[in-house]
Amino acid sequence: MAITFAWIAVIVIVITSAGLLLRRDWRWSVILLSIQYLAMFVLTLQHWPLGMASVKVVSGWMSAAILGMTRSSLPNESPDEEAAWPRGRLFRLFAAGVVLLIVTVVTPSVDTIMADAGFAVTAGSLLLIGMGLLQLGITTSILRVSIGLMTVLSGFETLYAAVEGSVLVAALLAVINLGLALVGAYLLIAANTQERESA
Amino acid sequence: MNAPTLWIIVPIVLGILLLFINNQRVLSLLGGSVAVLLAVMAQFIPIELAMNVGSFSFKIDSSLSVLGRVLLIQPAEGSLLALIYGAAALWFFAAEASKTATRLVPQGFMIIALMVASIAVEPFLYAALFIEMAILIAIPMLTSIYRPPGKGIVRFLIYQTLAMPFILLAGWLLAGVEASPGDLALAAQSGAMLGLGFAFLLAIFPLYNWIPLLLEDTSPYTVGFLLWILPTMTLIFGAGFLDRYSWLRNSSQLILALRFVGLLMVVTGGAFAAFQRHLGRIMAYGSIAETGFAILALSLDLRLGIPILFLLVPARALGLAVWALSLAIIRENVETMRFGKARGVLRLTPLAGTGMVIATLSTGAFPLLAGFPARLALWEGLARVSVGSALWMAIGIIGLLISAFRSLAVISMAEEYTGWEPRESPIQMTMLGLGMIGLFILGLFPQFVQSMLADLPLMFEHLGR
Repeated sequence: MAITFAWIAVIVIVITSAGLLLRRDWRWSVILLSIQYLAMFVLTLQHWPLGMASVKVVSGWMSAAILGMTRSSLPNESPDEEAAWPRGRLFRLFAAGVVLLIVTVVTPSVDTIMADAGFAVTAGSLLLIGMGLLQLGITTSILRVSIGLMTVLSGFETLYAAVEGSVLVAALLAVINLGLALVGAYLLIAANTQERESA
Repeated sequence: MNAPTLWIIVPIVLGILLLFINNQRVLSLLGGSVAVLLAVMAQFIPIELAMNVGSFSFKIDSSLSVLGRVLLIQPAEGSLLALIYGAAALWFFAAEASKTATRLVPQGFMIIALMVASIAVEPFLYAALFIEMAILIAIPMLTSIYRPPGKGIVRFLIYQTLAMPFILLAGWLLAGVEASPGDLALAAQSGAMLGLGFAFLLAIFPLYNWIPLLLEDTSPYTVGFLLWILPTMTLIFGAGFLDRYSWLRNSSQLILALRFVGLLMVVTGGAFAAFQRHLGRIMAYGSIAETGFAILALSLDLRLGIPILFLLVPARALGLAVWALSLAIIRENVETMRFGKARGVLRLTPLAGTGMVIATLSTGAFPLLAGFPARLALWEGLARVSVGSALWMAIGIIGLLISAFRSLAVISMAEEYTGWEPRESPIQMTMLGLGMIGLFILGLFPQFVQSMLADLPLMFEHLGR
């Protein structure tokens, strides 16, 4: 049963991470990020007890809320947001497909290295890392960079949870997640300063 | 009382409290004084040894348990703490002169404490988490909320954040290598992970493009502070890996890789510095070359390399402090730090101009300056191993010296009949003067510092002995 849930979580990650690449509306991005954290929680549950795994989803949702609340207080059309965002949806879909292909190929070998974390856990986390890196590679928008970094880190956290069960590490990673969201919010406000001043 | 509380938790709490103070002078004096106090305590109060003061007896424990793990500051690490907090005091006292005290002192305390925690945490591979937290705290220090962030800040955040997963995974893989030393594939994988992690953290070529970008659009003093603390502590953390894993320490491929990377940093840093037309970018490439020198030191026989690595630390701290303060003052008086706009600025900021040139020369191993003794020892050690490598190092140094003379030419190239109008404040002149005297003292009498640094290799179990 747990394995079935894990594979459903992987499918959800495919949809959310591709959605994060394709959707330009920040509201959708925040919603997809939150769903992604839920899928990550399901994958983490494969190795961690419920109490510890829920730290991931709570800190993830809080991070998404911080970014969403900050972005909602800014003007609707942020000039920085889509500045270096490749326009073609087809291109982004193709890039996401390439990442998916690479993940499919490398999952078995990475799973062996990661002390048999489980195919679903390995595939899900590699997908998050790959899509996050792709996101970081094609944008300079602060919101998208923050989401990209959080996606990469959530992938890594899922994989690392399979080999490390320390409470201190869980706590520090949660702090880092929240810190990343706060830094993202800070930079988001700073990036929009000029526009607000001139308005 | 225990050492982690004293040198990690107290500075973090103090940093948070200092956020509520807005007076530059108060912050600078308070921050500098507390840092001096922490340095003096680290140097003179022994850890894990009962002390009697009159009828009162006390002992500073070395460890503190946090969520099932331990922060451990060993007695041998006292000298390192003294060096770090002593150098921090220098940066904090001069922060008022650079007008960055409100950002540098509070966040600076937190960053230093987290970097100390990264050295103290057991298991040591969790250090990457503390370093990442320090990076996140550094972002508000680098940019104001009232100004759009530049590309450099975003790249800095991305590159440094990507380092953490690699280091953590490498640490886990290395434990596996220790358990089965014959597994060459696992050793190669862990080595690659570790290499990538440190490449991001230390901004190894070509991942250092954020440094020149940051120095173009951010206060040179705050960037200088980060360029001092982050690589210094990361290198000590990296040396810890060599200390713990004998197969890593004895790997001839790793030694070759370190030498190659170190030379790449020195040569590219020096060569790019020579061709820059922006005073801030020259400092950026100078600091890149500095990191290269430190990596080169790790590539030598570690009985020689580790003392050289520690000898590089005070020279880097003082050199970068003088360089960054000089640039901060020059930046106040020119439109941009591009050569075209900085022409003749020596007549407006004579001490800052002199400080900048002397700090550049010190980085370029100019005789009688702070950087010279360590680089001479490094060069000699390198020449014994490989003459070709020593020649490449010379090319990097020549590049740095060319950049110093080009900077001097530009800042002294004023229009004819332009008078001298010094605009530096007394505090700026005092701090620059003291810094430059310090650079000469470290260059002329390196034995003074060396006596302080003699105990530092003791913090490692196998290195430097």
